[in-house]
Amino acid sequence: MAKYLAKRIFYLILTLFIVITVTFFLMKLLPGTPLTNQAKLSKSQIALIYKQYGLDKPVWQQYVLYLAGAVRGNFGTSFQFSDQPVSYLISSRIEPSLQIGLQAIIVGVIVGIIIGSFGAMKQNTWADTSATIVSILGISIPSFVLAVLLQYYLGLKAGWFPIAEWGGFSYTVLPTLALAFTPLAESARFVRTEMVDVLSSDYIELAKAKGLSRMGVIYHHALRNSLIPLITIVGPLAVNIMTGSMVVENIFSIPGIGEQFVKSVLTNDYPTIMGLTIVYSFMLCVVLLVTDILYGIVDPRIRITGKAN
Amino acid sequence: MADTVKLPEDSFKPMTPADRAALDSEKIAAPSLTFAQDAWRRLKKNKGAWVSLIVLAIVFIMAFGSIFVSPHNPNAVNPSYANLPSKIPGIGINGFNGTLVQAGQRVDAYKQAGASAGTYYIMGTDYLGRDLFSRVLYGTRISLIIALVATFFDLTIGVTYGMFSGWKGGRIDTFMQRIIEIILSIPNLVVIVLLILILKPGMTSIIIAIALTSWTNMARLVRAQTMELKSQEYILAARTLGERPLKIAFKHLLPNLSSVIIINTMFTIPNAIFFEAMLSYIGIGISSPQASLGTLLNDGQKNFQFLPYQMWWPALVLSIVMLAFNLLGDGLRDAFDPRTKE
Repeated sequence: MAKYLAKRIFYLILTLFIVITVTFFLMKLLPGTPLTNQAKLSKSQIALIYKQYGLDKPVWQQYVLYLAGAVRGNFGTSFQFSDQPVSYLISSRIEPSLQIGLQAIIVGVIVGIIIGSFGAMKQNTWADTSATIVSILGISIPSFVLAVLLQYYLGLKAGWFPIAEWGGFSYTVLPTLALAFTPLAESARFVRTEMVDVLSSDYIELAKAKGLSRMGVIYHHALRNSLIPLITIVGPLAVNIMTGSMVVENIFSIPGIGEQFVKSVLTNDYPTIMGLTIVYSFMLCVVLLVTDILYGIVDPRIRITGKAN
Repeated sequence: MADTVKLPEDSFKPMTPADRAALDSEKIAAPSLTFAQDAWRRLKKNKGAWVSLIVLAIVFIMAFGSIFVSPHNPNAVNPSYANLPSKIPGIGINGFNGTLVQAGQRVDAYKQAGASAGTYYIMGTDYLGRDLFSRVLYGTRISLIIALVATFFDLTIGVTYGMFSGWKGGRIDTFMQRIIEIILSIPNLVVIVLLILILKPGMTSIIIAIALTSWTNMARLVRAQTMELKSQEYILAARTLGERPLKIAFKHLLPNLSSVIIINTMFTIPNAIFFEAMLSYIGIGISSPQASLGTLLNDGQKNFQFLPYQMWWPALVLSIVMLAFNLLGDGLRDAFDPRTKE
């Protein structure tokens, strides 16, 4: 276990190193400088600004400096907000994104489990059909379409929740719902398939033969075994939410990192884009690592050494 | 036992060889089906998948047919007919009859704009008077092209990479899998955005970006399947007979991988469509004068409160296309892999 963990952490660091390197050199390929009206500036002024951003050094030195900074969480200064370090920009904005993302994944997965296992229990009835319809719709309707509809009907027309901005729990409800729909659908589909499989296995027959109540069979035997593989889709769901948050945060004007990422892309704020890319990759790597380890702990049938491939 | 059954004498005559030949008891009644025929038969039984296939066929024909026959030019501006709601000939229901709620009253927007009685815009017009239906068709075409391109790269890069990696095994395999893991540990959208920044927004850069990111899943699945197939006897036999690896790949591996490949392709497509729509929606995909479902949604969303049809139509079309691909994918999975369906 310790060996496996060490190996995984090594690969995590390697991955992040490659991500930083690739993004750094990609950004160097791009045109554009932090200067807004270059024509009006004298040569010495330009040199001074270049020096401020560290752009006067050769590229390999910039790279080493950037790498050294990134390890300590320092991603340089934003081009857009000229006196703000990128790390401050990110750390002040990460909280709303994390809150919405976590809420969405928790709500989505829990409701998904309920819908999915309900569908499997009442296989081939109207309940099953409607569970399938909900999950297929959830996968097919893009989160940004849903976000606009929720904003209009529940926010503006019904007036139940604030339409936009940030401040308190009620502001998180609509964006959470918009983001939760895909994880809900995915996990409902997944749980249904697993549960149907588990319900037809021998130990369920045995439990029924012992005379356990229906709920007892479902809760103690079926549910637990069908939920374990759900851990494997948490990683992909996290990606989905990160992607979705970029648009959903924009629609609800939430001051999060997704909104910042889009803004930085539109204004060519390279240091911020790089910083956010690294942060996103880091979060995803950690999620993948944690889910892999959890999977090994929860399901003893999986030999963790064999899973490294 | 008086009621014994009385059988006629001639029931007990021995069969002549000619009788036996006519009976042909060894004959199999149903025609034998190949794997593809069997899958096709199962797919046809699945109503959702079958309807989706028809819907997709219609969407394809309309979207690509609109290159030749389009109700209006998707980019022709006509300010006097701006923001007309949808009006479909012969339908009198509010919302489809060219009327609009203005200041609490339902008015005929077509009359206000001075349009002649025969003017119909099926999905209405946008703020510049461009025909929304033509623009939606144009946008759908872009979505479908993106989908086809993503499929193409899935099939070429993804399948080749996965097969090579699985076939070679050992160090090469480990190395190739690490590359995939690295690609997978950056959110796809971030990779796509970085590439678009370098290549300048537009159709080509979206295609390249999707090409570079979409194949990883396919490669992983194909690799896993190849590793399983590699140890089968018929592959061993082919190798023993001295068959070249390339020929084994085409003749023995590919047919056996086909179901995995087809199923996964059906899930790549809605993903690619979603990415394109999303990028265009946030303004880094297809840019403004050109229509894409994403830009149409973004335009429509701005006026959603007063002119809801401008967003409903593209949203509906996008959702239907995604839904159809998802349902077809589900149907194909059940058809090719009957074990998954209990």
